Amino acid sequence: MTTSNSPGVTRQVGKMTITPISDLEVELTREFNAPRRLVFEAMTRPEHITHWWGSREAPMVECEIDLRPGGRYRYVIRKEKGGQVYAFRGEFYEIVAPERIVQTFEVEGMPDSIAYETLTLTERDGKTTLRARSRMESIEARDAMLRSGMEAGAAATYDRLEELLATLSK
Amino acid sequence: MTIDQLSGTFGALADPTRRAILARLALGEATVNQLAEPFHLKLPTVSKHLKVLQRAGLVTQSRKAQWRPCRLETAPLREVADWVDQYRRIWDERLTQLDNYLAELQLKEKDRDDKQ
Repeated sequence: MTTSNSPGVTRQVGKMTITPISDLEVELTREFNAPRRLVFEAMTRPEHITHWWGSREAPMVECEIDLRPGGRYRYVIRKEKGGQVYAFRGEFYEIVAPERIVQTFEVEGMPDSIAYETLTLTERDGKTTLRARSRMESIEARDAMLRSGMEAGAAATYDRLEELLATLSK
Repeated sequence: MTIDQLSGTFGALADPTRRAILARLALGEATVNQLAEPFHLKLPTVSKHLKVLQRAGLVTQSRKAQWRPCRLETAPLREVADWVDQYRRIWDERLTQLDNYLAELQLKEKDRDDKQ
């Protein structure tokens, strides 16, 4: 495999930093030019989440959140082209507004894909840093997660490729 | 690479013995016997793993030489690395959208405060 997958190698993708912690754990960090209160709201209220969680190619069509320890959430995105639907869900373990959320994340229909996520928000000079640590149960779970996440993302990429090919063949 | 092929590659990589076999082949060609040795595996077990790796296109076995060496094919691994980058891009795109949305929200809040 490539060295980029080795633990401890930090990579910058756009404004996001990815640090593999171990074979089963990865940490994303990203700074936002907004106060923590607002970032927390944007990440936990359905009326906000629908604006950013999906993509142009696969917008969010359902968003349910029961924001309390033991409460569950469910996100559904639907491909514009083809109409395939991908659902993601999880349970909240801990909520400390506006600074910390501990939750599970899984791809619906793939019970082996479960991940444990700890999201931390810290504010400095009016800017907020999101730190998202994601731990998979096993290598199999990690690969299953990666596979499904990529299927959703790959679908969008195929559409872009299709568009590009259509433009080129004119 | 189709999603099915990609699933095949991931499936093949999901096993620690198969990853070790690939790591050995990254050093150079090897026979089935040579592959079995460091893992203390029986030949049929190694053959079984090799079949999975061959189906995923990660390993080819020469038919020319009598000792039929196995070799690593790197193209599918490169594809997987590309797709891992793809996954990272999903998150980058998602968080960039959140960033833009937060800017919008702040403008709205400012508007509302100004009017009051």
